[in-house]
Amino acid sequence: MTAALAGCLGDDDAPAEIHDETLTVTTTTSTYDTGLLDEVNAAFEDRYGVTVRAVAQGTGAALETGRRGDSDVVMVHARSLEDEFLREGYGINRRDLMFNDFVVVGPDDDPTGVDRMESVTDAFRAIAESESVFVSRGDDSGTHVKELAIWDAADADPEGEWYREAGSGMGEVLNQANRTPGYTLADRGTYVSQRSELDEVSIRVEGPIEGGSALLANPYGVVAVNPGVHETVNYDLAMSYIGFLTSREGREIIEEYAIDGEQLFFPEAVSEEPNFRQYVPENWTTEE
Amino acid sequence: MIEQASPVVAAADGALPLFVELPFKWNYVESIIYVSLYVSLTAVLVSTLVSLPIAMLVGFSEFPGKGFLVALINTGMGFPSVVVGLIVLFAVSNQGPFGSLDLLFTTEAMILSQIVLAAPVITGVSLAAVTGVEDGVRDAAYAMGGTRLDVALVTIKEARYGIVTGILAGLGRAISEVGSVLIVGGNIARADGTSVTRTLTTAIQLEARQGRFELAMILGAVLVALVLLINGLVLRLGGSRI
Repeated sequence: MTAALAGCLGDDDAPAEIHDETLTVTTTTSTYDTGLLDEVNAAFEDRYGVTVRAVAQGTGAALETGRRGDSDVVMVHARSLEDEFLREGYGINRRDLMFNDFVVVGPDDDPTGVDRMESVTDAFRAIAESESVFVSRGDDSGTHVKELAIWDAADADPEGEWYREAGSGMGEVLNQANRTPGYTLADRGTYVSQRSELDEVSIRVEGPIEGGSALLANPYGVVAVNPGVHETVNYDLAMSYIGFLTSREGREIIEEYAIDGEQLFFPEAVSEEPNFRQYVPENWTTEE
Repeated sequence: MIEQASPVVAAADGALPLFVELPFKWNYVESIIYVSLYVSLTAVLVSTLVSLPIAMLVGFSEFPGKGFLVALINTGMGFPSVVVGLIVLFAVSNQGPFGSLDLLFTTEAMILSQIVLAAPVITGVSLAAVTGVEDGVRDAAYAMGGTRLDVALVTIKEARYGIVTGILAGLGRAISEVGSVLIVGGNIARADGTSVTRTLTTAIQLEARQGRFELAMILGAVLVALVLLINGLVLRLGGSRI
C-alpha cells in the first residue's frame, strides 16, 4: 500500500524511481510484426532509462501470460477477451490505445466474386457457399476472435475441407493464403507491412478505414496486470508505459508510424471527450 | 562526370562501396549467433558434467531395474522439445515452484530447458559407447592386474570417441531445437534490434512468419555452418579418428 502510494505521489520523480528496471509486455503478433512496437519501445526506453521485453504472442496467449503474472502489461485487440481479463480481476486501468481495421484478403482472380463487396458478412457467406479455401488463424488471437464473430454474424458455418485452421501468427497465415491461394482475414497493418511479399493475393473487402463495413474495426487496448493479484508485477513501470503510450508523445509516434507512406495505426487515447467505457468491461454496472 | 562517385558521396550513403548490400543488419545477426551459442554451449557443458558420471555409473554396475533405467534414458533422447518447453515454463513461471527466481523469458530458462533436452542424448550415447567396449578391454585390463580405477580409465579412453559423438549429438539437439526456447525464452529482441532471448532457430521462425524468407534462409545457412564448424573443430582436436 505504501509502495503504491509512493508510486502515485512520486510522479514527478518517476524516471529516477524506475530507472534500470525491466518491463515485460506481452502483445499480439500484429503490433510486433508491423514494427510499431520497436518504435514505441525505443522511445519509452530512451525517456525512462528502462528496458522493455516485448513478447509477441496471440491475444489469448498474451492475456494468459498476464494471468499467471509473467508479464506486467498487456497490449491486445479483442475487447471480449480483455473484458474477461478485467472481470476476473487480473487486469486494471485499461485504456483504449489505437485502432486500425481488418480487411479480407483473397486471390487476385477472386473465384467467389467477393471483390469490393460492401458487406463483409455477404462476402463470408459467399466464401462458405462456394467452399473456397479460407485460411484461419485458429490460435485464439484477436484476429481469430474477430473472424469467428464474422462467421457468426454471417450465419455461415466455417466447416469442411476448404476451411483451414493454421494455428499460426498473422504473417504466416498471409503467407499460406498467398501460396494456396485462398482467402483470409488480416489486420491491415500486417497486410501492408507484408504486401511486397504477397504476389497472389490482395485486398478483396475493405475495412472501415477505407469506408468498408464497421464490423471490421480493430481497436487495440492496453491493460496493466493487477498488482493486487500478482504482487511481483512491476506496476509502477506498467503504468508509466500506459501513460507514455496514451500521452501526446505516444500519439505522435503511433500517428507517424508508416510503411510505404501508409499509416498503419490510428491513435485514439488522447481526446477532449474521454470515453469512460474504456476503463471497465462492457455493460459493467456498479451493482456487480 | 557521373562515373566519378567521390568518396564523400560513398561515405554519405553509409555503406561500404565494396560490399554487396545485405538484407539484414549485421549486429542483429551477430547478437542472435551469440545468444544461440551462449545458450546451447552452456547447456551442453552442464549436461556433459551431469551425464558422463551417470553413464559411467550405469555402464559399470549391475543392479535391478537397470534395463528400465536405460530404456528411460533412451526415451528421453526423443522427448519432444515443445513438451520440455511447457514443463520448464510451468516450473519457472511466476506461479511455478521456481517462480520467485524470475527466470521466465531469460537465457537461463532457455539453458535449463536445453539441459533437459541434451542430457539424455549425451547420457544415452555415452552409455552405449561405454558398454560397447566393456567386454574385451575390461577383461584384458583386469587380467593384466589393473585396479578398478585403472579399468575405468581404460574404458573411458577406449570409449572417448563415442562420448564425443554423444556430446556433439547433444549440442546438435540443443542448438537446432525451436520449440522449448520459443516458449520459455519468448524470442525477445531489444527495440534496437539486438537479441535478448532470440536464437537462430526462433529468428528463422519469426522471419519466415513475416515473409522474409531470404533472411530466414541466410540464418538457416549460418546455423548449419556453425554446427559444421563446431563438429569439424572437435574432430580435429580429437585427432580425427572417427
